[in-house]
Amino acid sequence: MKGEVLGDGVGLVLHADDNVATALQDLEAQDPIDGDTTAVESVPFGHKVALEPIADGDEVVKYGEVIGRASGSIAPGEWVHTHNCESTRGRGDLAEEGVAES
Amino acid sequence: MGVPSGSGLLNGLLSHRSASVESTGPRLPYRIAANCLQANVASAPPKPREPPRARTIPVERVKLQETKRITVTFTFTGYRRPDGRIGVRNHVAVLPTSVAVSSIAERIAETAGDGVRATPHQMGTSQPDRAREQTEQVLAGVGKNPNVAAAIVLELGTESIDADAIADEVSKSGIPVETLSVRSVGGTGPAIEQGRETATAFRRDSEDVRREEADASEIVFGVECGGSDATSGIAANPAVGEACDRLIEAGGTACFSETPEFIGAEHILADRCTDEETRERLLNRVDQREAQAELMGVDLRGAQPTPGNQEGGLTTIEEKSLGAIVKGGTTPVEGMVDYAEPLPVGGGLVLMDTPGYDVESVVGKVAGGAQIIAFTTGRGSTTGNPIAPVIKVTGNPRTWDRMASNMDVNASTIVEGDSMSEVGGRVYETMAAVADGRRTAAEHRRLEEFAINELQPNELAAEGIRG
Repeated sequence: MKGEVLGDGVGLVLHADDNVATALQDLEAQDPIDGDTTAVESVPFGHKVALEPIADGDEVVKYGEVIGRASGSIAPGEWVHTHNCESTRGRGDLAEEGVAES
Repeated sequence: MGVPSGSGLLNGLLSHRSASVESTGPRLPYRIAANCLQANVASAPPKPREPPRARTIPVERVKLQETKRITVTFTFTGYRRPDGRIGVRNHVAVLPTSVAVSSIAERIAETAGDGVRATPHQMGTSQPDRAREQTEQVLAGVGKNPNVAAAIVLELGTESIDADAIADEVSKSGIPVETLSVRSVGGTGPAIEQGRETATAFRRDSEDVRREEADASEIVFGVECGGSDATSGIAANPAVGEACDRLIEAGGTACFSETPEFIGAEHILADRCTDEETRERLLNRVDQREAQAELMGVDLRGAQPTPGNQEGGLTTIEEKSLGAIVKGGTTPVEGMVDYAEPLPVGGGLVLMDTPGYDVESVVGKVAGGAQIIAFTTGRGSTTGNPIAPVIKVTGNPRTWDRMASNMDVNASTIVEGDSMSEVGGRVYETMAAVADGRRTAAEHRRLEEFAINELQPNELAAEGIRG
């Protein structure tokens, strides 16, 4: 497996450029994540947790690649999922509103 | 602590990456990836390894290194077909030309007994020309799969698909083929009886097929994922990708598909294409799949990732795709074929343009000639196939525990620290054993899902535009 395991196995960072880690356990608030960062809420096994502040509209990076944009500001230790991260691809809804980037 | 126990092969060859990381504190629950696997040949003595040191953890992050591959081929005893290809199974196939005779095909297979497999499906009546042609291509391709020793093409007699034309196409591979028309023989009862007789005779003859030793270079390995979660991209898919890399090094073919699941990762695949034509084709097909969503004014987000994928931790299609493409390994992309189009033998890594529906996608690759399928699943899928053995690989430890009877390879040990070499090696060894006749979990349980992709009006329109 490529990547870096955090602490005693709480999470996995797949690439040095990533701003999220994948939880390798069901995390609870206050669980240590990385350095001074602790989980601010529950993050289920396999889900993502922010490693650094991600501003609204900023790229969310996993595998060293962009997996979407933050749809709100995300603090370190927050759960990153569909409520605060959006795909930029296959967005027929945006095409219809005429706001999609061409 | 110390050197983790592994397979016999790996014992003594493992070296801790932490030779440079001294650690104290909590015991690291992860076994560190092997990084000095050279080859499993006697002529290559194991590298001397630094003695294990006391472990301390002055740093919080522990790097897991990429591992070197063990290059090996394998041999198996297969079934040599008249066209020169080798099968890993020796089935008699009952191919219904339409939904109208799908259950009769199943009855024939049931009454004729083990070794006779039906491919029931929902297509074949009143389809637009191009969609009908795709159905014909799948049926003929499945009949020509080297796992098939003989075939019966079954029709009601009212279909626009011509059973004789399918039979003619199948017979190009040199295997015996018969057609059977339910209306001509006088209805269900006589059709089942005659189908059973023909299938039984074919079955008897198929036992005389020459068995021959073949090696990995003759394997066409289809790779699929379904019911993905976050562990798919971390564990099961890279493990299967490792097996693909080894097979290709040994001269074989690996194929993965599901174009909608290239979206967001197509740049990585495009960079690996060996020629400009393949690269353009790949990017065009991805554009088309994405444009379909945009043309319809719909948002992929509701369907991709699926609600199940989302529950498993996948947030966006890009994330799903980046995890999905690793199941094909790391070798150059040598080409891209259409749904159900023949796959080359000894062709390296080849993509197939298929929809994102796993059963239809597996069938496309089997119609293309894949003798063995690997199917990764994080959340737990039970899918099999009537013609090709399907090896189930999960990277989710909970799914491995909960659905053990449906799984063949546990890749979740990667999440616990096994090396990719070790787990990918298990997938590869399983492929070798299955090629040699070992039944997969899906075969034991006779899980034989079969479905043919139906071209949708918007796809037909897009094809019209494409020309």
